Amino acid sequence: MPGSRFQKLRSLPVTNRVVDWGMGPHAVSKQTRQAGARIAGLEVTESVCPYCAVGCSQAVYTRGGELVDIEGNPRSPVNQGTLCPKGSASRQLVQQPGRLTKVKYRRPGGKDWEELDLETAMDMIADRVISARENGWQSVDEHGQPVDRTLGFAHLGGATLDNEENYLIRKSFTAMGAVQIENQARI
Amino acid sequence: MSEISIQREDAQRMGFFTDTTVCIGCKACEVACKQWNDLPADGAVFRGKGSYDHTGQLGADTWRHVRFIELLEPSEIAREEAARALANGAGGQLPQIPASELAEAGAGVRSEEIPDLVSMASQEVDVARAVADMDRWVFMSDVCKHCTNAGCMDACPTGALIRTEFETVILQPDVCNGCGYCIPSCPFGVVDRSHDDGRASKCTLCYDRLEDGMEPACAKACPTDSIQFGTYEELVNLAERRVAKLHEKGLDRAYLYGAGDAPENAIAGGLGAFFLLTEPPERYGLPADADSPIQQNVVPATLAAMAAAFGAAASVAALFRFRARFLTGMAVAAAGVEAWRS
Amino acid sequence: MAEAHPVGFRWVMRAKERGAKIINVDPRFGRTGSKADTFVPIRSGTDIAFLGGLIRYILETESYFKEYVRHYTNATTIVSEKFADTEDLGGLFSGFDPETGTYDRSTWMYEGGEVASAAGTREHATQAFTEKTGVGLLEGPLHRDETMQHPRCVLQLLRKHYSRYTPEMVAQICGIPEQQLLDVARTLIANSGRERTTALVYAVGWTQQSLGVQIIRAGSILQLLLGNIGRPGGGIMAMRGHATIQGSSDIPTLYDLLPGYLPMPRARATQLTLDHYVAANRAEKGWWSNFDKYIVSMLKAWFGEAATADNEYGFRHMPKITGNHAHFPTMMRAVDGGLDGMFVMGQNPAVGSQNAGLMRHALRNMKWLVIRDLNEIESATFWRDAPEIQSGEIAPEDIQTEVFLMPAATHVEKQGSFTQTQRMVQWRDKALDPPDDARSELWFMHHLTKRVIAHYANSTDPKDWPIANLQWGYSEHHEGSVPDEPSAEEVLKEINGYTVADAEPLSSFTQLTTDGSTACGCWIYSGVYADGVNQARRRNAGDINAEGGWVSPEWGWAWPANRRILYNRASADPQGRPWSERKKYVWWDAEQGKWTGYDVPDFPPNKAPDYRPPADAKGMDAIAGDEPFMMMGDGRAWLYSPSGLLDGPFPTHYEPVESPVPNLLYPALSSNPVAIAWDRPDNPVNIARDPRWPVVMTTFRLTEHHTVGGMSRTLPWLNELQPEMFVELDPTLAADRGIVDGGWLVVETSRGEIEARAMVTERMRPLRIADQVIHQIAVPWHWGYSGLNTGDSINDLLHLSGDPNTTIETTKSLTCQVRAGRRRSPETSTVGEAPHGHVDVNHEHPSEAPKLRQTHTP
Repeated sequence: MPGSRFQKLRSLPVTNRVVDWGMGPHAVSKQTRQAGARIAGLEVTESVCPYCAVGCSQAVYTRGGELVDIEGNPRSPVNQGTLCPKGSASRQLVQQPGRLTKVKYRRPGGKDWEELDLETAMDMIADRVISARENGWQSVDEHGQPVDRTLGFAHLGGATLDNEENYLIRKSFTAMGAVQIENQARI
Repeated sequence: MSEISIQREDAQRMGFFTDTTVCIGCKACEVACKQWNDLPADGAVFRGKGSYDHTGQLGADTWRHVRFIELLEPSEIAREEAARALANGAGGQLPQIPASELAEAGAGVRSEEIPDLVSMASQEVDVARAVADMDRWVFMSDVCKHCTNAGCMDACPTGALIRTEFETVILQPDVCNGCGYCIPSCPFGVVDRSHDDGRASKCTLCYDRLEDGMEPACAKACPTDSIQFGTYEELVNLAERRVAKLHEKGLDRAYLYGAGDAPENAIAGGLGAFFLLTEPPERYGLPADADSPIQQNVVPATLAAMAAAFGAAASVAALFRFRARFLTGMAVAAAGVEAWRS
Repeated sequence: MAEAHPVGFRWVMRAKERGAKIINVDPRFGRTGSKADTFVPIRSGTDIAFLGGLIRYILETESYFKEYVRHYTNATTIVSEKFADTEDLGGLFSGFDPETGTYDRSTWMYEGGEVASAAGTREHATQAFTEKTGVGLLEGPLHRDETMQHPRCVLQLLRKHYSRYTPEMVAQICGIPEQQLLDVARTLIANSGRERTTALVYAVGWTQQSLGVQIIRAGSILQLLLGNIGRPGGGIMAMRGHATIQGSSDIPTLYDLLPGYLPMPRARATQLTLDHYVAANRAEKGWWSNFDKYIVSMLKAWFGEAATADNEYGFRHMPKITGNHAHFPTMMRAVDGGLDGMFVMGQNPAVGSQNAGLMRHALRNMKWLVIRDLNEIESATFWRDAPEIQSGEIAPEDIQTEVFLMPAATHVEKQGSFTQTQRMVQWRDKALDPPDDARSELWFMHHLTKRVIAHYANSTDPKDWPIANLQWGYSEHHEGSVPDEPSAEEVLKEINGYTVADAEPLSSFTQLTTDGSTACGCWIYSGVYADGVNQARRRNAGDINAEGGWVSPEWGWAWPANRRILYNRASADPQGRPWSERKKYVWWDAEQGKWTGYDVPDFPPNKAPDYRPPADAKGMDAIAGDEPFMMMGDGRAWLYSPSGLLDGPFPTHYEPVESPVPNLLYPALSSNPVAIAWDRPDNPVNIARDPRWPVVMTTFRLTEHHTVGGMSRTLPWLNELQPEMFVELDPTLAADRGIVDGGWLVVETSRGEIEARAMVTERMRPLRIADQVIHQIAVPWHWGYSGLNTGDSINDLLHLSGDPNTTIETTKSLTCQVRAGRRRSPETSTVGEAPHGHVDVNHEHPSEAPKLRQTHTP
């Protein structure tokens, strides 16, 4: 590759450090001495950036189940360790202020959120889907052609979800008879 | 070069070479820096001036900052339109906006920035030049220069600012007493006082990452490798070849700022983080010449240094224990990093 | 590209270092322009005029890659004499029906190939699969003129079609100086051919237009003429904006497609049985002759043992489509009271969909809404925070929509795969648990479906057959804090396909059968779990500096069959030799009798270049050894599309739906005559050349934000980089309107008005269009009323419209007015009339089919 300037200089001499004894004017503090401890003992998981479709690989560092750091994965031939500002900020996506952790429910005409147990919410949603499926069911269209479908409910979403998730959405909702299934690809 | 506080066999001077000709102004470096160093966002302010740069300058919580320098000129059509408006009776800054509407327009209004039709219309525009100048939207990722003659170190009375084994200049927050002497002593306006605790704060050239054999967060993230990290000597070499190549390609105005100068002309004795620029330094907010205000006066620096020694002596005993831990820890970390790279 | 895909631009910068020329064509000088060798300012929406100008120059100067064009495209094919071009009919092609605003495409056929099974089945915006691929169109013998001189051969028709796209005309339409067009054309020609290739990169600036698909086709024609398709460093690259927007089309949550681009069944007499459906969609010649294997295997994956040959594998129970069921008509149905409820997963229609005022009206009229996201996005809080609520126009208590806001898991809190913009599937490992009740969509769909299956388990009603018999045995695992997470790898295995008898993973779609012995969820992904190994999880980049090493075939997995460049047979000459040593990629190894190279050859592995099909050949046997484009029935790339598009066999310049200038090429027409328009009081369109709307508006993305901000305006680190909604405009326009930099301005269309900070900059340049000076403004679309910083949403100002082929709306070329100051009213949208209480959902569905509107100018 012409222009070795693109090759990052990753290896550094890391042995034989001798610390100034501190009698001089520039003493080395406790924090400084502990620099570097931040990486030690971290687990690394390889992931993919959730923003655009370039598909940059990410190295996700955790310690004891806590997210510590997300950086570009240098092994990837796509991004070679680099990330854009959004990818670089993606730890804050996970740890964002206001991150939802509980189901919020707004009843008809309600002026505020109420909290809802996850299982209860799932039961209620299943009831709504079944009822909408039945309400919107069409066996034949206006010309008498069989259509075997429901227009009672719709789905929107998918381009930020996983392929496996989209597959289950497609399979399940189509089996229920829904046809109004769409995602960002067309918006 | 001020004294190196941490010695290590084989340690070399490390630095940044920031090549502005490949910077795309994405600000990945700013965010990657904040991410790694856990620096908070320090204010969401729309700064206007036709620029996408809303973080403004380096600061206590912004250790990398991408400057946007726009040198675009009015297009031929814009100029003709302005002339036409004038011919139709528009005044210099017409249509005049009533004061009430200006007030309604709210914060951020700077009346002196209302486009001036007269100057727009009369401006001499070389069309060929105007088209060529469309590429003169220049970005530059600014950072602490890790000067050879570091004004901040010279000014620091507590020894909080030290030179590491990589010959970078770092600020030790657990030593800093917040006196702020370093702030005016930096010819580049890099050092800033933290809003939280009043202590000074600046780029460490990711000293903690270097300790683990990792490159600094900003250089690693940079999508176009505008920020390059490496041993100082290699970087200077690389940068000089780069300038030569750009000259070959016809970009005569490319030059290095902070590296490759004769010692007597070196900016702050030479910059550990230096730049390839294509415009005069002032356009990037950089001084054409810079040196430590204290360099010429050894006495105050020495006094300050001696004062700091009192504080430092207390920690001597701890260092013996530290050394043993450090070497063990390093071996483990290095093995881990190597495994990761394979 | 530098702006919205900075890391993708890494490789552009590297190419530049190696001498590549970068040309950036954009209404707005952005960060990409700052690094381009040539910046070409263009009036938004006039791309076909620009590309047509390049095509014309290449043809007039005989600069096209003749050997490539003659052998690999349909340039030599003779077209039916029934065809009439826009040059003959004042801007319309033959077959236009003014009553319906659609084309009867039967006149566009090849001579001798007129037997079209799809003829007469015209549909708007829901173009049938058959028409895309030419299935059924090629049953007769084709006529070709190898000299390309026949007046009705494609090359001559192309020449005639673009004959008036001269540099002068392009300059008048696009605002691009003549000399610059010539410079660009010469640069492209100099960088194409045997030794060199040129890549075209586009994004939604091309797709989000009333003729978006035709712009891309114009790009394809240009690239085919220059010989840049199927070759390294060539191609047309769509830079896509969501992590798996490619995957969400492949495994589509799209109303008209089943996985692997199989068409949804239609309520047509000709498609009601499996045999009829296959007969209508299976091709006699080319790859789609395998069509039946794919649909049968998919039905087996869905309905398992219940799917048998006797019951047509359950096909008759599948729901059928009858018209356009896309997002926009669905939301209009909701406004009209036709929709009970909706799932919104990782989307944000309240501010993220066009005509957002109408979208919020639709949300207000639903009985229930399930939102799955990471934070309180605007679509979840429309009943509390929307502008019309804040203004007091509508009270929350009057909104009867029940809202479930479900906490979602982030990308690092679950495992699964994304398909990036080059069709490469990459697996993500799970790094940590989602917090509290946050769950993956996999978990949500799995547990919701289990509940619905349980409800219908004992039903014998035929309408419940698909759900009662749905194959849903995904195992659940205790994963960290989640006790019952379904296995994503099991789902991937089903997508990949397996043998029914012993559940062995398939290694390729070539193993699929029509007898029900194989199951496969998405045929194009077959091979992603070959050998029982998750191929998408492979992470060996190899030596990218080795010759051909940059293909990195063992990093992730690309569909189909791990091919990284489609149609790569075209990287070799007709005899199978690389066009040049420099551009070597895939070639014929005569000794071994097979295709080989750096990539997986996209051709039958042992088909020799000199193979010629016998006259009665069927299926892949009908494709000659020098016809690389095997997905098409004639094995050729289509310069002329006899059936593929609904709005013409050649791309033609029409003005955007909203335009301040006349159509200089076809004065009788303004915009695309078959673009979809929904003519409703709550979806007004700015009439072309209406003096109230003199300014061109285009929307764009910033590096620092993502879509409408749901994943970026809640992050302080990104927020501070772009803290406020703004509009870019040129200094002359600003001076004329008294708008000052940093102050407020208002943008107005017939849908409403929004306010924003003014960013006055020379980066926006007025253009001379014919005898007018046209000003353009550029508006980012990242803001809404939730998040850490809020601002008006540009989507409140956009109307619903559609490219006829895709139903993708126009966001890039609209008209507006700008003025200094603040909004007059607290409302941003004027189209969403206040609902009078909750509209009871009736079960008639009034707006299922879009109303068609003529777009002829008066």
